[in-house]
Amino acid sequence: MNLFDYLRPASVSDAIAAWQPGAAYLGGGTNLVDLMKTGALQPGKVIDIARLPGLDRIESLPDGGTRIGALVKNSVLAGDPDFAAAFPMIAEALASGASGQLRNAATLGGNLMQRTRCVYFQDPHSACNRRESGNGCGALGGDTQNHAVLGWNDACIATNPSDLCVPLAALDAVVETQGPNGRRDIAFADFHRLPGDTPERETALEPGELILAVRLSSNAAASYQNSRYLKLRERTSFAFALVSAAAALQLKDGRITEARLAIGGVAAKPWRVPAAEALMLGQPPDTDLFRRAAAVALEDATPSGNNGYKIDLARRIAARSLALAAAGTPTRMPALPASVFGESAHV
Amino acid sequence: MSDILALAPRFGSNSGQSLTRRDGVAKVTGTATFAADNHPDGLLYAVYVPATIARGTVTHLDVAAAKAHPGVVEVITPENRPPLAGDPDSKPFMFAFRFEALQNNTVRYANQPIALVLAETFEAATEGARLLNPLYDAQQPRMGLDGDAPFTPESGGLGLPGTTVHGDIDAGHAASAQDIDVTYETPEQYHNAMETHAVVAQWNGDHVTLDIPSQAIVMQRGAFGYYFGIPPENVTIRSPYLGGGFGSKAIINGPQILAILAARMTGRPVKLMLSRDQMFGPSGHRGATRQRLRIGIDTDHRMTVLDHNSLATTSTFDTFVESAANASQGLYAAGALRSAHQGVRIDAGTPGPVRAPGEAPGSAALECAMDEMAYKAGIDPLEFRLKNYAETEPGTGKPYSSKALRDCYAQGAARFGWAGRPLAPRQMTDENGMLVGWGMGTALFAAPMFAAQARAVLRPDGTGLVETAASDMGQGAWTALAQIAADSLGLPMDRIEFRSGTSDLPDAGIAGGSAHTATAGGALHAAGTDAIRRLAELATGDPDSPLYGAGNAGVIARDGRLHARDDDTRSESFADIITRAGGAEVEGKGSASRTAEASAAHAMYSHGAVFAEVKVDPDLFQIRVTRLVGAFAAGRIINPKLTESQLMGGMIWGISFALHEEARFDQRTGRIMNADLAGYHIPVNADVSGLEVITVHEDDPHVNPLGIKGVGEIGITGTVGAIGNAIWHATGTRVRHFPIRIPDLLTGA
Repeated sequence: MNLFDYLRPASVSDAIAAWQPGAAYLGGGTNLVDLMKTGALQPGKVIDIARLPGLDRIESLPDGGTRIGALVKNSVLAGDPDFAAAFPMIAEALASGASGQLRNAATLGGNLMQRTRCVYFQDPHSACNRRESGNGCGALGGDTQNHAVLGWNDACIATNPSDLCVPLAALDAVVETQGPNGRRDIAFADFHRLPGDTPERETALEPGELILAVRLSSNAAASYQNSRYLKLRERTSFAFALVSAAAALQLKDGRITEARLAIGGVAAKPWRVPAAEALMLGQPPDTDLFRRAAAVALEDATPSGNNGYKIDLARRIAARSLALAAAGTPTRMPALPASVFGESAHV
Repeated sequence: MSDILALAPRFGSNSGQSLTRRDGVAKVTGTATFAADNHPDGLLYAVYVPATIARGTVTHLDVAAAKAHPGVVEVITPENRPPLAGDPDSKPFMFAFRFEALQNNTVRYANQPIALVLAETFEAATEGARLLNPLYDAQQPRMGLDGDAPFTPESGGLGLPGTTVHGDIDAGHAASAQDIDVTYETPEQYHNAMETHAVVAQWNGDHVTLDIPSQAIVMQRGAFGYYFGIPPENVTIRSPYLGGGFGSKAIINGPQILAILAARMTGRPVKLMLSRDQMFGPSGHRGATRQRLRIGIDTDHRMTVLDHNSLATTSTFDTFVESAANASQGLYAAGALRSAHQGVRIDAGTPGPVRAPGEAPGSAALECAMDEMAYKAGIDPLEFRLKNYAETEPGTGKPYSSKALRDCYAQGAARFGWAGRPLAPRQMTDENGMLVGWGMGTALFAAPMFAAQARAVLRPDGTGLVETAASDMGQGAWTALAQIAADSLGLPMDRIEFRSGTSDLPDAGIAGGSAHTATAGGALHAAGTDAIRRLAELATGDPDSPLYGAGNAGVIARDGRLHARDDDTRSESFADIITRAGGAEVEGKGSASRTAEASAAHAMYSHGAVFAEVKVDPDLFQIRVTRLVGAFAAGRIINPKLTESQLMGGMIWGISFALHEEARFDQRTGRIMNADLAGYHIPVNADVSGLEVITVHEDDPHVNPLGIKGVGEIGITGTVGAIGNAIWHATGTRVRHFPIRIPDLLTGA
């Protein structure tokens, strides 16, 4: 790999002060280091933030919300009993991701910042508008089985690979950041960007801006009894989703009073469609209703290559996750998290 | 031979025991020294630069930029590459395949080496390689099974399968009352041993020492010697441990040759280890196949014809055609039998032997076709196979040396609970509404033998030394071969020293063809027996020995002592015999191979039956193999634990073949876009549940003196077909390509 400077600042402000164009923040290193090894990314300066103080806590907020520090490890968050009880589908999404070793290293902030697994992005010898603006898209017309069916354009057809981000999107999480211009909150829906005219800008973060925490409101926890994350993949573990879905419902007197649905693996960001959620309000939970909601959620989908199967599959997993959410959150983490196999996967 | 056999020490005190692998602790604690763990003083690190086009020429390399990088010592390109004594484009011996060693600037496939960078550190070499920033004149690559016109390979060597016909094919077709005509496809697959190819090369004058994982330790001395113009004895190969080989480590590849050449050029030791993505190119792979199977049956469900035609991809510059259709030889009693092969030349590296070469994709297609035929005929797939059970080898009529396949079927079916399986698909669901399907397949793998030598020494202290240059790829040679050797000497395991894994020892033959235990073990057994014979001569000829006059054939070795066969109280320890004879070590030599007469007399195969249960989500089509039962008959089992492990590993490879493995080429560039283990999937533990292995008792008096067949590859055969058939049985969708994936079933929904 290229020669680079390595810094380990003592504070968040030192880290931000050290940032300059071409620098990269290093968290758990589970993604950045791989990309540096292949040469896909060649930061001139690596700022190791993994040991910054105060960012590894899970806190209950006075307003009933929850605040998760950016450096909380995936395995720690998934294994926190209080957190898992309040946000079971987030815990399940985390537990379904990567492998045990990676979950022990990967951080919350890093998970939000992880790069697409588009092989043309990962391969430094392929054209990629994300790696370099105006470079072209090597994926378009290539091997596109894992690529987007929503929100893509000819500049970029990559998807966001995160499991965690799908339920975070569904639950309207808020991303707390600090940058050269101070602190701010970013709504999760605005955090990841569709390619548009600037595919190289994957998130709403400004240059040098650092994630401090993710907040979840008390209302986000209110669906804890009826929420589910499901992930489809051909290998039972250690594989990214072909498609996934996070569904959370609040039910009162046999009717749906709040519905949240986010779909993963289909776009450059977790996909939410307000109309699909609105359609379920006031209705009794029902398989046909969930099918219709899923159909609306995928209404705008078009294949970006040989990935038309994803549209049908995403509809099906969205409907299934809603049905499982309606049936009730499993009382404990399934042995195969987010899998359609196992005793907790059926309605 | 018969005298030696009569003299054979009691066999089985060590053999037959489930000893834990002797190298296990060293491997899990990291103290086992693999090739790349060697760091001699003055070491240079080599990194090869892989081509990022599949066809064309390299027009420019920025050598100056690479050389300017701190730590870079040398850049080797076709411009300055020192000569080789042997032409990389020649084929001077049986296992020689053409390779790229910078003989010119032509690119024949993606990831072939186009330069080599040497540096003081691995990181500097890697960055130097990147800085070369090659420019190309690229041409449109020829890709896939339709990439070029098919050709018929010349038959008669490794990767050169011919056409085999027994009986009248046309008559067989004409005589059929029912038939099927189906075509199956399998993708390019790459070996991906856990340990990637590596070499640490050190020259001393015109002698070179290579730390290199090798499946053919002594044979490869000659091969390396050929390319470097030195006699075989000037090549020392050290290969104590291999992290898997699967066939790829029996073949020389270009990057390794370049690293050895670089060591000679610079006068310093050089280390090269392929990165994972570089494993997808210069070190062989399994070509893609398209197999057409036509089966005809009469009204009694007996096969009138089995007609198997396979097309496989190979490279533009060498020929290795996957012998898939040969999987239909030797198994079912078809009235007429044809296996025909064609190749297609594409811009990929040359394929090579990959675990169960030919057999794995061939069995996958054959066993699925058998299932299709059985369903069309309206009979149970197991019954259909029993109906066509071959009592002698189909076509040749040769008797089998042993064949306990009926027992495999019976024991496997009983353990699995096959009875009562509905014939029609989509009949079974579990308590969660998952579709459940059951499928089966027959496993078959030839039981060859190569040639090997070994040496056994009895020392004055009563301990033994045995040696042969065997390869332990993880299969357990360090353990199983030592068990055989200990028995041949009548010693417990802790009183023999077993030397193996280096080229200064007697040739153990190639570790391939599922024949290593039979071959190297046979030689060790012969050597030990020879040593005991010589020891017995000393004792029975010495008036001071209690065994005096017992005659060589009248003694038996047991637990470090020779005993009179007819009077157990007459005995003497090895140490006493040797000490009284003057204290000189007693040396025995042995060899093993199969005679042409033995090969002509019997058909020799390992057999098995695999039963699979899969569950499939009826709406989302995720597939899970929930149970696999394999029953195998493979002659004498030396170490049941290691054998079970090998068979299990083969069956898991079968899951991998059926559901996961596939190299995905970008058709525009000819590059493999999933060339790492994140994208090229193999099963994880969570994909393997309910896997059972049964070893069926089988005595084989013909296959070799110890009655050993192989277990290294057969586990894949049968399994792939069984899983494919189970998926059909669960869903009603017959997918005729592998791997079978969610979109395949979704399309059928």
